[in-house]
Amino acid sequence: MSDQWLFIAFILPLALFMAGMPIGMSRMLGPRKSNPMKDAAYECGVQFKVQYYIFALVFVVFDVEAVFLFPWAVAYDRLQLFAVLEGVLFIAILAAGLVYAWRKGNLEWV
Amino acid sequence: MIADPFATIGTLLREFLVGLGLQAAQANALVNFLGAGALATAVLLLTFFLIWVERKVLARLQDRLGPNRVGPFGLLQTIADAVKLLTKEVIVPVGADKLIYYIAPPLTVMSVVGLWAVIPLAPNLVGTDINVGVIYLISIGAIGTLAIMLAGWSSNNKYALLGAFRSVAMLISYEVPMVLALLVPTMLAGSMGTVAIVEGQREMWFVVLAPLAAFLFFTSSMAEAGKAPFDLLEAESEIVAGYNIEYSSMAFGMFFVGEFLHGFTLAALTVTLFFGGWLGPGVDQYAWLGLFYFGLKTAIVYFVVIWIRGTLPRLRIDQVNAVNWKFLVPLALAVVVLTAVVDKLAAGQGWDRTWALLLANGLVFLCVLTGVQLYARSVRRRIEIGARSTSAIGAP
Repeated sequence: MSDQWLFIAFILPLALFMAGMPIGMSRMLGPRKSNPMKDAAYECGVQFKVQYYIFALVFVVFDVEAVFLFPWAVAYDRLQLFAVLEGVLFIAILAAGLVYAWRKGNLEWV
Repeated sequence: MIADPFATIGTLLREFLVGLGLQAAQANALVNFLGAGALATAVLLLTFFLIWVERKVLARLQDRLGPNRVGPFGLLQTIADAVKLLTKEVIVPVGADKLIYYIAPPLTVMSVVGLWAVIPLAPNLVGTDINVGVIYLISIGAIGTLAIMLAGWSSNNKYALLGAFRSVAMLISYEVPMVLALLVPTMLAGSMGTVAIVEGQREMWFVVLAPLAAFLFFTSSMAEAGKAPFDLLEAESEIVAGYNIEYSSMAFGMFFVGEFLHGFTLAALTVTLFFGGWLGPGVDQYAWLGLFYFGLKTAIVYFVVIWIRGTLPRLRIDQVNAVNWKFLVPLALAVVVLTAVVDKLAAGQGWDRTWALLLANGLVFLCVLTGVQLYARSVRRRIEIGARSTSAIGAP
């Protein structure tokens, strides 16, 4: 069991290292002439509202739902029609949640 | 040896290491380490070639020649670009969160390379066959989203943060239909392991059993990878450059390595989950044929990805989110329910599984087509009425 995860334990840090290496290399190879103007952030006075968190909330609902659905999907072969319909009921409740968010206007981009 | 070189090499390597006097567990760990290193290197080197392919194909689609100066057919163009990027200064803006600023670009690449750990390349040639492969795909893929947020946040720049917010809003939105579409192959194969999903397609590819789920997965993966028409991540004409505006040199380059590789990875994932992975005639006798079939199918799907990129214009951000929440998510929910009920009914009634699922998918497709047509007609009528009334008012 843990054997299978060994590969992942290796590949993730390796990938991080391999991708980080060129950045380190360019820090070494590239010039280093900083001045306050160059290091200043690129911007001008712009105002904006952040209303993206509604999407984040709807997303969390659906993602957690999906986590609950995966065991159902794995056991699908062994389920009777009744159990499958119970899963369908679960999805229907979530679809009702989507309809609610939709009617509330939470899915409109503002 | 000729039939299945990958398994033979693995066994030989393990035996060799044990012969050197290592414990079996140590030898196993070392083989895993070497495998992980080889896979990560191969995938990252492939990116050099992929960037060239994408630029070349895109150029042909736009009636240009594309890179053709450096090396034969411009093959070394990417290497020249990499060298150029390497010799540029890495600028860190004032007030930037240094650690996070530096960790974000490699994290993008890591999230894509990590996906390859569970993609079966050929029989007996897979990084690792974990029993929660599909959930692993989702969670590692989500790290890419996290990296974009980190990059935007740590740059200490309003534009970068704004770009990151809208990118993340789009990416997490499109994760919903992707995750729901992934339920379908899980259900049909009865397992979350990617190898089991490929094996489950021996009778029939899942793209035939669940064409709508394949479409949903492919579309939302395109959005996840930030490929046009969903390339809002760096919509140059709208938000200067998005989350990566403050990045320069190779730190900037790494975001693009991640992005180009993600395009190919999404093709590989689509092939694995819906187009039978390495399955093909003669693959049971000669395992190396699997690698060939996998590469061929992935190349074809990758070409489609570039083709779509070269054909469709970028969508507006409100359209992107409306398409997701009001079209793809309801459709994905419907497809999951449909597949679950029809497959169970077909098994109970003794209908042919393929035809029952195909027919059900076709019916839903027709319903969706009619619905979209009616909606488009109503929108058009509303615009026409609006135009008529304003012209009536405006007339002298």
